[in-house]
Amino acid sequence: MERILSYAEALLEATEQEMTRDSSVIVLGIGVDDFKGTWGTTKNLHLKFGPDRVFDTPLAEDGMTGFAVGAALAGLRPIHVHIRMDFLLLAMNQLINIAAKARYMYGGTVSVPLVVRSVIGRSWGQGAQHSQGLHALFAHVPGLKVVAPSTPFDAKGALIASIRDNDPVMFVEHRLIHFQKGHVPRDPYTVPLDRARILAVGTDVTLVGVSYMAVECLRARAHLSEVGINAEVIDPVSLAPLDMGTILSSVEKTGKLIVVDTAWTSCGVSAEIVARTAEHFQGMNIRVRRIGYEPVTCPTTKNLENLYYPNPQKIASAAYSMVHDNGSWAPTHTDPPEIVEFKGPF
Amino acid sequence: MHEGFYRSLYRIRRVEEEVAKVYPTDKIKSPIHLSIGQEAVAVGVCEALERRDVIFGTYRSHASYLAKGGDLRKMIAELFGKSTGCAKGKGGSMHLIDADAGVMGASAVVGTTIPQAVGYAYALKLQKKDAIVVNFFGDGACDEGAFHESLNFAALKKTPVIFICENNALAVHSHQQDRQAVLDICGRAAAYGIPAERIENNNAIQIHEQVHRAVQMLRSGKPGPFFFECMTYRWMEHVGPNRDFDAGYRSIADAQRWFQTDEVQRIGSLLRGDVRQTIEAEVDAEIRDAFDFAEASPFPADEELYTDMCEV
Repeated sequence: MERILSYAEALLEATEQEMTRDSSVIVLGIGVDDFKGTWGTTKNLHLKFGPDRVFDTPLAEDGMTGFAVGAALAGLRPIHVHIRMDFLLLAMNQLINIAAKARYMYGGTVSVPLVVRSVIGRSWGQGAQHSQGLHALFAHVPGLKVVAPSTPFDAKGALIASIRDNDPVMFVEHRLIHFQKGHVPRDPYTVPLDRARILAVGTDVTLVGVSYMAVECLRARAHLSEVGINAEVIDPVSLAPLDMGTILSSVEKTGKLIVVDTAWTSCGVSAEIVARTAEHFQGMNIRVRRIGYEPVTCPTTKNLENLYYPNPQKIASAAYSMVHDNGSWAPTHTDPPEIVEFKGPF
Repeated sequence: MHEGFYRSLYRIRRVEEEVAKVYPTDKIKSPIHLSIGQEAVAVGVCEALERRDVIFGTYRSHASYLAKGGDLRKMIAELFGKSTGCAKGKGGSMHLIDADAGVMGASAVVGTTIPQAVGYAYALKLQKKDAIVVNFFGDGACDEGAFHESLNFAALKKTPVIFICENNALAVHSHQQDRQAVLDICGRAAAYGIPAERIENNNAIQIHEQVHRAVQMLRSGKPGPFFFECMTYRWMEHVGPNRDFDAGYRSIADAQRWFQTDEVQRIGSLLRGDVRQTIEAEVDAEIRDAFDFAEASPFPADEELYTDMCEV
């Protein structure tokens, strides 16, 4: 029987089960123990596991990240939670100079079993500094795993795998994906952190969607089916390492690849996937395209924000154009429920 | 007591003199930041610790690594970039580590290990382990955001950590008064409610006594943290094997009082002559052995480039 949870509920369940199983797991971050509990993803954990294992932090990202690295060096398994990915920019020294490098630069003598959760904060006019998808910065650096699953099932399995992993994992979430619902088994389980997931099988074009964009790609696929195009949709789940095998097999079949990222395209994850695909299929007739944020700072006002973000209509139009030799077509635009129903302030 | 102190002080001094001597041969192909002149702080502090206790250091960590019991052979091999080094030749002088001896590494980026020391200490407390953490950093690190963030949080969580500010009054070539409006670094710690003491004169025995008291307090379950500002002086250039009193940013006249109160000589002079000679002969032989070991060790195999990126 299907057991339906939201993405946020899946994250809470994963954390609670791992904290029960392993006393070395701790949760820290701004507001993790408040009444909202990071939009429910850490709610009431402090009541169950106590303030030594679940605690609020000062607004001190650099120091708190180093603190978490130190605790991880000592054998704890900290989950450091950030309600905005933008805040990680204050912690780059600890993440990139220490967490990513400690095992290597100390010749394998230490490990940093750290999970850093951060949320890309689209919607409700989040603007320039509360909306950025900076996962490519981390995927660029050897020594960091970067995962960004799109389904509640993979959210639970990948978070448990991240907690049990003995190396640092950047766990990337999207604010709008927290509302997605899906089947989540009750018992703890892991999903591999180096495997992409085919969300829908197709034959005409391959759509790879990062995090929330996988959801948008599935919607684009529904639009495309109305005009007889059968799209395959892949969620990479892990951005570093990338499971290129799954993507390349799909492109071998379809000959067409569109990568949609919830980030800018330049030097991004979409660029990386397209580059690796091009390297693999050199000399063959393959079409590729990237779609992401417009190359500007995120505007606050709604009409510009709508233009700024990729959406199912843009994705479907691009796919149609690719399949029908630059033909032009656009489905009717409708805002999805999580955008229509979204109530602030976050 | 003096014998142990002298052995450690002399050993660090002689190791670094040998490193400086070898350096121009290019056998050490990475930056070195020598502690010559500052050994008393590392020795005074580490003599108050047990092997199970943990230290976090800076890029100038030869002294604390050795004083805490870090393996000398592995250190020299690391400097030589050999596979037998403490980090298999992958870390170098700035990232010395010996987890078995409680040396938990060091960072090339100023102030970076301060929060890690606090987190490590928090973990030890949570795990109910009978060990404490000491964090070494310089006067320059006290201007970093992580310093303030970490001291506040360490005080808030009462973590069993002892902060040791090795104040040599220099951040590379800039003097403390050119960087800080108020020179009282202890005052910064006190502002976070942390007991803070300044120890003048680079005196290993005095440093040991005061730090030992803090260690005993933590061992008896009293809440941390504690803070000590240890005044000291760097004899060598910021990075490299030479002296640089002709560089213009400081004069040798300023250094005279530190040369005259050199702890290696002072404590050595407190020993009986034959005792001192025995210690020196043993240490010299150990150092020769360590350099021979490093010389004879192989460089890492090519495939080592790809190892230690993640758990396998």
